[in-house]
Amino acid sequence: MRVAFGIVLALTAFGCGGDNGGASDQPAAGQEGGGAIAPAGGGTITGTVSFTGTPPANPTIDMSEEPACAQKHAGGARDPQVVVNDGKLANVFVFVKSGLPAGQTYPVPSSAAMLDQDGCLYEPRNFGVMVGQQLEIKNSDPVLHNIKAVPTKNRGFNISQPTEGMTTRRTFNTEEIGVPLECNVHGWMKASVTVLNHPFFASTGNDGTFTIRGLPAGTYEIEARHEKLGTRTQSVTVPQDGTATADITFGAAAS
Amino acid sequence: MASTAAVVHEPALEHAHADDRPFIRKYIFSTDHKIIGIQFLLMSLFFLLIGGMLAMVIRWQLGFPGRAMPGGGVLPETMAPGGIVLPEFYNSLVTMHGTFMVFFAIMPLLVGVFGNYLIPLKIGAPDMAFPRINMASFWIAVPAGLIMLAGFFVEGGHAAAGWTGYAPLSANPELTGVSLGQQLWCVSLIILGLSSIMGSFNYITTIINMRAPGMIWFRLPLSIWALFITAILVLLAMPILSGALIMLLFDQTLGTHFFLPAQGGQPLLWQHLFWFFGHPEVYILILPAMGMVSDIIANGSRKPIFGYTSMVLAIIAIGALGWGVWGHHMFMSGMNPTLGTGFMISTLLISVPSAIKTFNWMGTMWGGNIRFHVPMLHAVAFVSMFVIGGLSGVFMATTPVDIYIHDTYFIVAHLHYVLFGGSLFAIFAAVTFWYPKMFGRLMNPLWGKVHFWLTFIFFNAVFFPMHGLGAQGHMRRIYDPTEYEFLAPLQGVNRMITISAFLLFTAQIIFLVNFIAGWFKGAKAGPNPWQDNGLEWATPSPPPHGNFPVTPHVYRGPYEFSSPLAVDDDYLPQSRKLETDREPAVLPAGD
Amino acid sequence: MSWLLPPHASSYAADIDWLYYLILIITGIAFLVVQIGLVWFIIKYRARPNGKALYTHGFAKAEWIWTSVTAVVVVVIGLLSAGVWDRIKGRDSIPPGAIPIGIHGKQFEWHISYPGADGQLGTGDDLSIRNQLHLPLNKPVVATLTSEDAIHSFFIPAFRIKQDAVPGMTIRVWFQPTDTGTFELACAELCGLGHYRMRAVVTVHAEAEYQRWLDERGRAAAASPTALLQR
Repeated sequence: MRVAFGIVLALTAFGCGGDNGGASDQPAAGQEGGGAIAPAGGGTITGTVSFTGTPPANPTIDMSEEPACAQKHAGGARDPQVVVNDGKLANVFVFVKSGLPAGQTYPVPSSAAMLDQDGCLYEPRNFGVMVGQQLEIKNSDPVLHNIKAVPTKNRGFNISQPTEGMTTRRTFNTEEIGVPLECNVHGWMKASVTVLNHPFFASTGNDGTFTIRGLPAGTYEIEARHEKLGTRTQSVTVPQDGTATADITFGAAAS
Repeated sequence: MASTAAVVHEPALEHAHADDRPFIRKYIFSTDHKIIGIQFLLMSLFFLLIGGMLAMVIRWQLGFPGRAMPGGGVLPETMAPGGIVLPEFYNSLVTMHGTFMVFFAIMPLLVGVFGNYLIPLKIGAPDMAFPRINMASFWIAVPAGLIMLAGFFVEGGHAAAGWTGYAPLSANPELTGVSLGQQLWCVSLIILGLSSIMGSFNYITTIINMRAPGMIWFRLPLSIWALFITAILVLLAMPILSGALIMLLFDQTLGTHFFLPAQGGQPLLWQHLFWFFGHPEVYILILPAMGMVSDIIANGSRKPIFGYTSMVLAIIAIGALGWGVWGHHMFMSGMNPTLGTGFMISTLLISVPSAIKTFNWMGTMWGGNIRFHVPMLHAVAFVSMFVIGGLSGVFMATTPVDIYIHDTYFIVAHLHYVLFGGSLFAIFAAVTFWYPKMFGRLMNPLWGKVHFWLTFIFFNAVFFPMHGLGAQGHMRRIYDPTEYEFLAPLQGVNRMITISAFLLFTAQIIFLVNFIAGWFKGAKAGPNPWQDNGLEWATPSPPPHGNFPVTPHVYRGPYEFSSPLAVDDDYLPQSRKLETDREPAVLPAGD
Repeated sequence: MSWLLPPHASSYAADIDWLYYLILIITGIAFLVVQIGLVWFIIKYRARPNGKALYTHGFAKAEWIWTSVTAVVVVVIGLLSAGVWDRIKGRDSIPPGAIPIGIHGKQFEWHISYPGADGQLGTGDDLSIRNQLHLPLNKPVVATLTSEDAIHSFFIPAFRIKQDAVPGMTIRVWFQPTDTGTFELACAELCGLGHYRMRAVVTVHAEAEYQRWLDERGRAAAASPTALLQR
């Protein structure tokens, strides 16, 4: 098992060099419930990320120089930095920071994590992939986007997608929290990807909920990261095959 | 027809020089300047082909932006997914087309091939002054070329900052996504620079010390004068490039910041260093062409070269003035505008020696009895095309006009008229002219003419309209011109250029086939198929190891065509002793 | 597509165009002389049976003529150009009272700043807009060019103006629009994979309209934070 995993890792690392074909085209089932396929069974952490106070107004984006994108934003484009629905905060990345058994390795999912560029915005904006997992980047706009990753531990890349529907795959080789992704053609386009050795992570959707599955019983420290509002950490104890709840709160004043 | 005293002794002396070296010493690790010249020829023709293929991909993208290239599906996803050329790959193509053409095709074709092949033969020397260093200069150039090719296959792709490698784009990998490719680019050019330097001091030493008795300076063929001045330029200019490249490599790998402004470096320093090398480099790429064309035009016109002395002085003047004009590449760079005026004047003055040369070529043809053999066709085309390239240079030299046309297709047109219309036509002339000497056989003249006319027509169809694109403000090095409203109406021209470029490329296959076929099937050439005067024609084709059965003595200049002293022929070889000729003093440093 | 230049819309563009056409005529004459000469010689002096070429090594007089004519012509071109260059790019060429505009190149966008009520850049009340350059008609404008990353080149073809924006340097360049309407601003120096899309729209307004536009955008910016120009 370890040997096989090592080979997979080596192959995917090699694949980073350019030819990334071969992996399944099947998109990951969103980031909720784990962007990666978690081990079957085990315990679950679930929770809701809330926002207290008045959310700050999101900045407007002048897309008049990019009509193909502007028309996807009826009523004017805004950069959805802080998205709050009924006090629930979206685009929060939650992951297990510590407490996992040392030396344990987890299989890399065969399905790719997806990053879409639609209406000159990234979707998702704050997400995770496993080390060696394919990240499939797609351009849904009929304009040029480039995707520049500026990691500190991994090897960076700067690639472009000049035509609509183009997809490109990349992988990361080392754990790294919050690798910035940016488009230099549209300076407002920013996203963040966290690269982890394990599959225990999730991003909140519009309802502010997240679910991390497949955890062995134990006490974990989880961290929630938001692009503008900073981080929250929390200790959670997961019972054997049971569910632990971890609700997290960000506030307007926090940062 | 045996016209020299030397030829009489030929059979005996071929035996004296009988060559019993093993194959590998004779043809692979050879110290014979002729073999090394031919090795350079094969290598640089290969890179010429590579450079041409890159140009075809560039033209596809410009003619049909965003459309999948036929056959482009074989390229990896990092270059052209589904055959659609990516912008970052396009930048690599532009960079590598320039790099291969300048450093691995035109420069070695002119300097490596003809410097090596012609210098000893034309001055009557048995070989170069330092044959082993000469061999090393070729075998250093080969890994440089392989390293440069390897850049296409590394992660992040090949260098993409233009052949001029402007910093900080070239110095900071974050700006392009290219790291290893750009480093290989630097390393390759540093190694190639070493090769050029080794070649150049060899040429200089050989020309100064190894001329045959009677080959005084003002009897040297203009090709040798040009190669001599060129070698001096190479010797002085290449170290500057190497130094700049080492600094750039350190910026990329060791964390220095010569050119990185965020840490106090200065991007303009790169431009000054690059162009202080780069402008002499431009003359490295044209002077040998001018020299060889002079030889061929005199031969084709059957007339002495018009104004030999002023031709020599013009070569020297261009070589000297070439050091004081580098700033004309930098008028828009943010350099002090007062410097701009100075560089404008020095640049405009360099058109004076260029004009002298042009009018002298015409003067040579005037009153001639012109034979239109294939080399002559290419040589006349050189004059015609070089003039266009020279005249368009006046626009760019003029600072106010340069504000508008700088970095547009006007300069793309200009530099191709000089480097393709100029240097490459001269190379075609020279290859076809000296091919029989190299291989003992002639290239097919009919196919040679077909190749010439197709090349001449499609070359102009490709590059002449580019002046017009530039006049409309069409920027160079842009991946998709249709992004701009003011350029969209020019797309028809771009497409026409692209189709012409494909035809131009296709026409080169004729040359390639003729080149290879001539080797095996060409008509036997004999020692002097063009009835020329140079010393190289007074020895068998191909010349034996050691070149000359007997060291030739030189009695006159190289252009004594139609001399009244030549009774039977319209030419008078340099080494033919007439009754009136005195025996030359043997040079103390001579052979 | 032709050798003619497209319409121009700035105060000194006509000077540049005039020089361009002057050089076009001079080089055009030289071009014709050489090409017609070559064709004529090719036909007239083609090899004939028993033909004999003229045996001459040249004439010093001819050399002197074409050397000196060329030298005089290029020096005249140089002197005519030097004055125009100095008026456009010279150190002291910027007209007093020119409206300051900040042009910041950043892969692959133009960030354009307009001064606030005090008419000065860099005083905290600047208005910054991406890829939109608005200018008043017939007023000299001085652009302060800076760059974030690579070298970019500020190029407005209709205004006949080009100037590199170099990281680490601050370069000032002036121009004066003479026509209302929209024009294109391009990047003319290879700056990376998005170079070809580093494009902005230049809008020249009548002066009152320009002021109105500026006030409107200033109010809009004050009302809503903009995400575009975080540096």
